[in-house]
Amino acid sequence: MSLYQDVIIAGFGGQGVMLIGNLLAYAGMEAGLEVTYIPVYGPEMRGGTANCTVVISSEDIGSPIIQRPKSLIAMNQPSMDKFQPRMQDGGIQIINSSLVDPALADPRVITYSVPANEIADGIGNTRMANMVALGAYVQATGAVPLDVVKKSLTSVISSHYSHLIPKNADALQAGADHVAAQMR
Amino acid sequence: MSAEQIAFKAPEIMIDRATHYCPGCHHGIAHRLVGEVLTEMGLVDDTLCVGSIGCSVFIYNYLNVDAVEAPHGRAPAVATGLKRSRKDKFVFTYQGDGDLASIGMAEIVHAANRGERISVVFVNNTVYGMTGGQMAPTTLIGQKTTTCPAGRCLDREGAPIRMSEIIGGLGGTAYCERASLDSVKNIRRAKKAIRKAFEVQQQGIGFGFVELLSGCPTNWRMDAVAANKRITEEMIPYFPLGVYKDVTAEGGCACTEHGTDSKEDK
Amino acid sequence: MSDNKRIFIKGNEAIARGALAAGLTCYFGYPITPQNDIPEFLSAELPAVGGEFVQAESEVASANMLLGAAAGGARAMTTSSSPGISLMQEAISYMAGSDLPAVIVNISRGGPGLGDIGSSQGDYFQSTRGGGHGDYRTMVLAPGTCQEGYDMMIQAFDMAFKYRNPVLVLGDAIVGQMKEPVTPWVPESISNYGVEDWCLSGAVGREKRLLKSLFLEEGALAGQNIHLQEKYTAMQAEARADVYACDDAELVVVAYGSIGRIVKSSVRKLRSEGHKVGLVRPLTLYPFPATVLEDLAKAGKRFLTIEHNCGQMVEDVRLSIRKYADSDFHGHMPGELPGSDDFVQPILARLGR
Ligand SMILES: Cc1ncc(C[n+]2csc(CCOP(=O)(O)OP(=O)(O)O)c2C)c(N)n1
Ligand code: SF4
Ligand SMILES: [Mg+2]
Repeated sequence: MSLYQDVIIAGFGGQGVMLIGNLLAYAGMEAGLEVTYIPVYGPEMRGGTANCTVVISSEDIGSPIIQRPKSLIAMNQPSMDKFQPRMQDGGIQIINSSLVDPALADPRVITYSVPANEIADGIGNTRMANMVALGAYVQATGAVPLDVVKKSLTSVISSHYSHLIPKNADALQAGADHVAAQMR
Repeated sequence: MSAEQIAFKAPEIMIDRATHYCPGCHHGIAHRLVGEVLTEMGLVDDTLCVGSIGCSVFIYNYLNVDAVEAPHGRAPAVATGLKRSRKDKFVFTYQGDGDLASIGMAEIVHAANRGERISVVFVNNTVYGMTGGQMAPTTLIGQKTTTCPAGRCLDREGAPIRMSEIIGGLGGTAYCERASLDSVKNIRRAKKAIRKAFEVQQQGIGFGFVELLSGCPTNWRMDAVAANKRITEEMIPYFPLGVYKDVTAEGGCACTEHGTDSKEDK
Repeated sequence: MSDNKRIFIKGNEAIARGALAAGLTCYFGYPITPQNDIPEFLSAELPAVGGEFVQAESEVASANMLLGAAAGGARAMTTSSSPGISLMQEAISYMAGSDLPAVIVNISRGGPGLGDIGSSQGDYFQSTRGGGHGDYRTMVLAPGTCQEGYDMMIQAFDMAFKYRNPVLVLGDAIVGQMKEPVTPWVPESISNYGVEDWCLSGAVGREKRLLKSLFLEEGALAGQNIHLQEKYTAMQAEARADVYACDDAELVVVAYGSIGRIVKSSVRKLRSEGHKVGLVRPLTLYPFPATVLEDLAKAGKRFLTIEHNCGQMVEDVRLSIRKYADSDFHGHMPGELPGSDDFVQPILARLGR
């Protein structure tokens, strides 16, 4: 069966959007698929917003740059404002409802509101909001199996932070659970 | 006293906008000092700025003067051409250590040696800031950067280059001083140094050079306070502050043997 | 031999690793965005395998260090981006004129002048027309994926020594900065094509050797130029292109590097809607895969060249097909990141839809 997914992941610098982009793409590779990851880099990165694009496919990938994404992870309001209008009809977006107003979700697309900061807080560290959002995305799209994402944590998180891996796995699971409840 | 008192006001020459510099970066301070000196010397309308390639490439966004962008390292050559075509104007370059002491070594040495009537503001932060913290010619021994991950090694990469010592040793230099931006006291002294390096151009007596030891907290991977401390404790001992050449008392280094000096058009 | 486990790395790192696999022993470079990952990676990894890493004082110096290492017979390279490559042209011309093998990587950016640090194909002319002074060519390889970045480094070193000529690997900010899975491999054997017979190694028990590009004696420069031209003729056999969905195509799009792969998405989309469009993605820009295009032209195809510049490769496409067809051109301006949607309309317009 042919599989194709693309996603723009966007947020403030420091919210770890590049990290989950890397993690998702890495997991896609571990799942035996073709993947591309492309960050927005350069002076733009100083301070402002950050975003990256991941494509996951069962066949070789053409464009790594996606103008009308099938899905979006919006970690903050400016990211939703910027990228939601570009989404394909019927696409899937995960919004971090801790910082994004769900009332602004466009009915053109399927929206999963995930209070990622609060859920991460509950696990013990707000900084894992990115992992909550990724878990939610994986559950909502089925792009890659969640356990492959969890297994990939060791390859993407620097050894300096390896003690945080179990908590990150919990955060991924919590995000997935949150969406699973909404999907039912 | 109820009314608010304005304790500090930026000179008019400074364009009122937020800079793109990282928190704790000293380029902003250096820009302001240059702006203040130009204002105090009454040069605002007569100044032509030659920008260089580095984090300060956007200096033209902050100083309200005519400006031209030079290729990486070539600002002293561009300034030479500009001054020679506009002898009545005040021409200065503003260059980082990668720009001036690495790729631009030939241009800076020869402009100084010719005694070009230009002034150079040299911001030494011991790294290539703009490109992400690679080794610069001024990187200190043992300092880790992205292209000397084990720390700069004397044997492999040579010793950090002391530019003020070199420029101070050249015939055409009229004034050369190294100052620092790590403390209020040193910032005050730095402003005087900039003024002297600018005045020799106005007096037509030779090349003016001022080196400013500056912080790059981002690429040094430390906060602004620690960066200031690093300047005080590590940079100043290796790059001693002070005047390396001053010929203002002798009336400059202009050539007298061969009649009129074409560069001096006063 | 090859370890089949895929690794997930940036194109820049793939290029650096490919060079190591190709037996790189000397690297010279000067920082410039968007290729800094290459020297940063090699500053740690090359000394670790006994190689030499030098951060030069400028690109002028890097390129001349490369000339020196090439004269010494080393597998050497430098990497940079557009403005830095401009500064290297004098040394590249000397290397070409002196028959010296060297690899130069250009992770190009937008121009002219300081331009920007984004993607661009503005250096096509500079790359394929020699770039510096005199009648010479460098071989030019154009990766569009991270794996091609790795593979083409191995090819680049092989070609440089085979032809004793500088080889340029021309990527851009997209290829350099994106990450993809790459399967690392090491060639079973590395041939230096008799480098010992011409490099400078000390005239012990043999005639002294001289590597130069100055030819003042009567007829000597003409002779050297004839020799170089013969070399470039022989090189034509190395031309390669990736041909996709062209058999039944009415319209063939020609695009290289990152733009080639982005256009592939546009072509796939249009194919899925029943439009008969194909893609030729040149993998070598010099030598240019002219016969591939000529054969398609003979078969009656129409052509559209798409580039991330104001129209450069289109001249080579037109030259290749001139006897049978012409090519339209669509340029995506440097300064704007391209995506596959940008090319759908231009292709449809040429299809007359
Ligand atoms: C010919 C050329 N080579 C390299 C570069 C890339 N480059 C841009 S800024 C810079 C170095 C800046 O360092 P420095 O002069 O120390 O200024 P800083 O950013 O630290 O203030 C380099 C190498 C360039 N623009 N042009
Ligand atoms: S990178 Fe360094 S020099 Fe550049 S703006 Fe930031 S602190 Fe200043
Ligand atoms: Mg610097």
